[in-house]
Amino acid sequence: MHQSTLAQLSVALESKQISSEELTRLYLDRCKKYNDSLNCFITINEDEAIEKAKFADQQRADNKHTALTGIPVAQKDIFCTNGIKTSCGSKMLDNFIAPYDATIVEKMNNAGFVTLGKTNMDEFAMGSSNETSFYGAVKNPWNTEYVPGGSSGGSASAVAARLAPIATGTDTGGSIRQPASLCGITGLKPTYGRVSRYGMIAFASSLDQGGPMALTAEDAALMMNVIAGFDERDSTSAEQTVDDYTEKLNDSIEGLKIGLPKEYFGEGLDSNIAKIVEEGIKELEKLGAVCKEIELPNTELSIPAYYVVAPAECSSNLSRFDGVRFGHRCEEPTDLSDLYCRSRGEGFGKEVKRRIMIGAYVLSAGYYDAYYLKAQQIRHLIRDDFQNAFKDIDVIAGPTATGTAFKLNEMIDDPVSMYLSDLYTVSVNLAGLPAISVPAGFVNNLPVGMQLIGNYFEESRLLNIAHQFQQATDHHKAIPGGFE
Amino acid sequence: MSLDKSEVQKIAWLARLAIDEQDIPNYSDELSNILSMVERMNSVDTDGITPIAHPLELSARLRADEVTEENQRDHFQKDAPLTDDGCYLVPKVIE
Repeated sequence: MHQSTLAQLSVALESKQISSEELTRLYLDRCKKYNDSLNCFITINEDEAIEKAKFADQQRADNKHTALTGIPVAQKDIFCTNGIKTSCGSKMLDNFIAPYDATIVEKMNNAGFVTLGKTNMDEFAMGSSNETSFYGAVKNPWNTEYVPGGSSGGSASAVAARLAPIATGTDTGGSIRQPASLCGITGLKPTYGRVSRYGMIAFASSLDQGGPMALTAEDAALMMNVIAGFDERDSTSAEQTVDDYTEKLNDSIEGLKIGLPKEYFGEGLDSNIAKIVEEGIKELEKLGAVCKEIELPNTELSIPAYYVVAPAECSSNLSRFDGVRFGHRCEEPTDLSDLYCRSRGEGFGKEVKRRIMIGAYVLSAGYYDAYYLKAQQIRHLIRDDFQNAFKDIDVIAGPTATGTAFKLNEMIDDPVSMYLSDLYTVSVNLAGLPAISVPAGFVNNLPVGMQLIGNYFEESRLLNIAHQFQQATDHHKAIPGGFE
Repeated sequence: MSLDKSEVQKIAWLARLAIDEQDIPNYSDELSNILSMVERMNSVDTDGITPIAHPLELSARLRADEVTEENQRDHFQKDAPLTDDGCYLVPKVIE
């Protein structure tokens, strides 16, 4: 049963093949059994989950359920969960019991999902390897000597190892798509503003976006139907009508126009990855898609621009952690400055401090124009590159990551190399576009993801293409050895 | 771009971050490397390009100035490190 998709579990629950309590216990047992080796959960909510599952069974008995009532989910520990520790992977919030639910959590609870636990992540979502977590690195189930990617590494690892049928993630510069690629699952970063950010601990507010991490595009669509939509509690939430994301899944992609950015297949891309992605694109051509080469000339500038905008916004957002109202507070502060400086110095890890300092620097008097303003101008150019491309094509296809998963500790002391590995993902966040990563094959038994980028609010189209691809291929069905 | 010790200390103070003296050389190297990478931005001329702060360039929504939240002070203060009589306590600021 743990190898089932959301769609299959929904049928199994509806036909009473299994109860939610049985299903939840099955996943909880797997979580407890494998968490020692993978470290993908920070918190496992055993008692609450079983209670919620019993309630779900009652709702089904009373005919008050949705199609997804009683299905377990893992929530990234960046989402506030009322009464449950919400650490964001940081010592700063190690003692923080969220006093309310994030909108995404509230919506999933209302749809009847059962929260198994909170998944590990890079501290405050800052990282591409899940090694910056206060709670230790997460391991990749395909090879536990390798990283799962980040920052939603716990969610990706948990779904890939079938410890949860689906999970939430957040994506500020690739944090859903890159771990999805490295762990061999399907991850969708929606259009900026499509999913509410209320109760999602902020990293870079003009880039952050939550979304599904699933086994299939169909499952991602089912979750999007629950979580997408306008929320007045998020001032940047989009007031755009919401699609039924399952409606177009089975449409033909005959005649679909795919753009292949020459900048995504050039230097910097591992040739083995290029081969897998090219095979994936050929598969789409077999299904009737037509490809043409396009140009996104400012791609290379996306990394420098991102590593100004994101740290600038993070330095501002993370100023709320001051040791006064919640979070870590140092012992015996001598004065207010000492309270701030030591609480923050002790509570934040190294990568978070680096980014806060870069942010404080680029926003400081005399440097603002040269860094922050310049980055926002480049952001304009990057968005225009995409908009020009979308005049002639429907979607963009390419690799999600520059390589497969790398070894634990291999890159952690070289932040700039780690940043450069975000080449194919950050421009999407700067432009606010939706994008999905789907499993496309393996190199040395490590998964490789193919990325599809759509125009604003075209999640339905991305899910349709991804679903058609998954009807024609089996890469998404592979299960890492030892986790069958 | 290279940041010396005093610049690192100044930035850490701006960000209200206590950092260990022994870590300063490391921060100096790493932050300098990041800033050098960031300076690749200078390879493109952006004169006359409007900076954008929001990817979809939507302006923030306004709402009526009405109270929509109820007071949950006690609930929220459960997470506070130190409170007294509904107030958050900090070291003495005014003598």
